[in-house]
Amino acid sequence: MAYDYAKYLRKGKLPHIWCAGCTYGIVLKSLIRAIDSLQWDKNDVAIVSGIGCASRLPGYVDFNTLHTTHGRSIAFATGVKLANPNLKVLAMGGDGDMTAIGGNHFIHACRRNIDMTVFVFNNNIYGMTGAQYSPTTPKGAWATTSPYGMSENNFTITDLAIGAGATFVARTTAYHVAHCEKTMKEAFQHKGLSVVEIINACPTGFGRKNKFKTPTSMLLWMKDSAVNVEKAKNMSQEELAGKFTIGVLHKIEKPEYIETYDATVGLKK
Amino acid sequence: MAKKVEFMMGNYAVAEGALYAGCKFFGGYPITPSTEIAERMAERLPQVGGRFIQMEDEIAAMASVIGASIAGAKALTATSGPGFSLKQENIGYAMLCEIPCVIVDVMRGGPSTGMPTGPSQSDIMQAKWGTHGDHPVIAVTPASVQEQFDETVRAFNLAEKYRCPVFILTDSIIGQMMEQLVIPEPGELEVIERPMPDCKPEEYLPFDMDKDFVPLAPFGSGYRYHITGLHHASDGFPTNDPVLHTKNTVRLIERLNKNYDDIVKVEEFMTDDAEVLVFAIGVTARSAKHAVVEARNQGIKAGLVRPLTIWPFPEKHLEKLLSKNTVKGIVVPEMNLGQMTFEVQRVAKGRCGVEGLYSLMLDPILPGEILEKIRRFV
Ligand SMILES: Cc1ncc(C[n+]2csc(CCOP(=O)(O)OP(=O)(O)O)c2C)c(N)n1
Ligand code: SF4
Repeated sequence: MAYDYAKYLRKGKLPHIWCAGCTYGIVLKSLIRAIDSLQWDKNDVAIVSGIGCASRLPGYVDFNTLHTTHGRSIAFATGVKLANPNLKVLAMGGDGDMTAIGGNHFIHACRRNIDMTVFVFNNNIYGMTGAQYSPTTPKGAWATTSPYGMSENNFTITDLAIGAGATFVARTTAYHVAHCEKTMKEAFQHKGLSVVEIINACPTGFGRKNKFKTPTSMLLWMKDSAVNVEKAKNMSQEELAGKFTIGVLHKIEKPEYIETYDATVGLKK
Repeated sequence: MAKKVEFMMGNYAVAEGALYAGCKFFGGYPITPSTEIAERMAERLPQVGGRFIQMEDEIAAMASVIGASIAGAKALTATSGPGFSLKQENIGYAMLCEIPCVIVDVMRGGPSTGMPTGPSQSDIMQAKWGTHGDHPVIAVTPASVQEQFDETVRAFNLAEKYRCPVFILTDSIIGQMMEQLVIPEPGELEVIERPMPDCKPEEYLPFDMDKDFVPLAPFGSGYRYHITGLHHASDGFPTNDPVLHTKNTVRLIERLNKNYDDIVKVEEFMTDDAEVLVFAIGVTARSAKHAVVEARNQGIKAGLVRPLTIWPFPEKHLEKLLSKNTVKGIVVPEMNLGQMTFEVQRVAKGRCGVEGLYSLMLDPILPGEILEKIRRFV
């Protein structure tokens, strides 16, 4: 079915800066479909990003868009939301942006449970600066700053979010486009802070030197490695080795920050 | 009706001034000797329909303030030396993106964690050059509890009028002393509100380079646009064009230069016939005033130049006094090792002697020490 993406795109700002084979464009389309399916007024949506290839996304979509400093999107978004809780706020960025330089903001946002959504575009590498390792680069993987192989341990972003107190945590991939759209939509509808890790491919920075010769091979890796959480429940550790789960990994109800604050301090709205 | 008079701490007076100016958001991170501002705002903001948040660090605090301003709220943060350093990257963002907000720096001894409880005036240059790149700066310098209030209101007004971050540079003596504060009636002091654009949303150019001032439409108001910390064109989208980058940077600097008379406030005391000037801000200016009075008692023609705005530097004011060719020397007492003195020398261009009087001793510089320096010029 033909879909009218143009309604949400800033056509004058295209073409985008992303490399051929980068999956950010695919995710962008999922995002547009997710927002469209919720029938949100464009004026009510604020998308806040940090710095990195992923963080260039807001420039292409016709909402209130804020491209901030490296790692700080969540902190900017917090101010936006507190000043105008009517806005639907999405903070987004790459794995480096969100979990290295922005790691502190990320965990505290999970703890606070402000009603907004955080997307982490995880391509396991710093794309924009040319393939340096990130906190999610797997052990042994090549990066320009790990030319002998990554020696640090890596974060599992979703575990980090759950540990820090996030009330909605999900994972999806750029390959699973319908799932990606559905997961985004669910995250948007959750009251409180929702975190979605979106597995992405950076063929230029990560794939090329890490045994993924083509962009397609990275998408096939996502296809083959992703196991739905429901299905994973009936699988053994051996069967799950080398795979990752997708779907809603964690969902609980907890009082939302602004409502709690306003009630605590006696703010009448 | 009798005026409301309070006996209040300087840091609280900043908070009260902010509320008078219509501040609705505070994002902060505690640091001595600024913390009382955050504490007061935490208590008072909800009473006026605003929100307070203690962020996880100063970087986040500054970011939240910018975010809140973009969403339409007048926003404040307060910090001291090390926290001011942490805020700098996002302060640069606010400079480039023309985000009105107010940042209080209650100066303490540095560098690094330095002297947490010691007063200082050592962030004068950090305020000017702390973030990278060329940009103009407005910094106000109150010297009493009353001025902590009044100058905070003025700082918010300047922020809105010139669409930029404004600093309040104060120190732990003024910040933590108790003095009388006469709280002005609503309407008594001017309060500038943020204007809304009057063009159609599709015609809105949030960073129009051909205009001095464009209203900042709050997110959610129906004006959808893009903000980026990259150099941008009039529509807010990134550009690598060095010509546009130059044009916009010069525009921002000129916007303040052109309005020097509105921004730069200086109190002059007995300067008309002065042969020796003392140039001092904040707590040091209080000692300097005593020194000038004592010098006059002794028949020395001394005068005080007390900037309430240190950035833009009050050069026109100094120039006017120096052009009379009657000034033999300028004494610059400051609680650092000469940051302001260099600027005074720059303006004096050798036309008279300029002598700094520096102290890192954590006590205010005393009138007697200043008087001694004044005497050297006669
Ligand atoms: C304070 C600061 N430090 C470093 C940089 C340089 N930098 C730009 S993007 C980036 C990392 C990008 O990686 P990631 O966040 O994973 O996003 P991707 O480009 O892969 O989408 C870095 C280190 C910066 N812009 N600002
Ligand atoms: S460098 Fe990697 S993440 Fe960046 S646009 Fe290219 S493929 Fe995408």
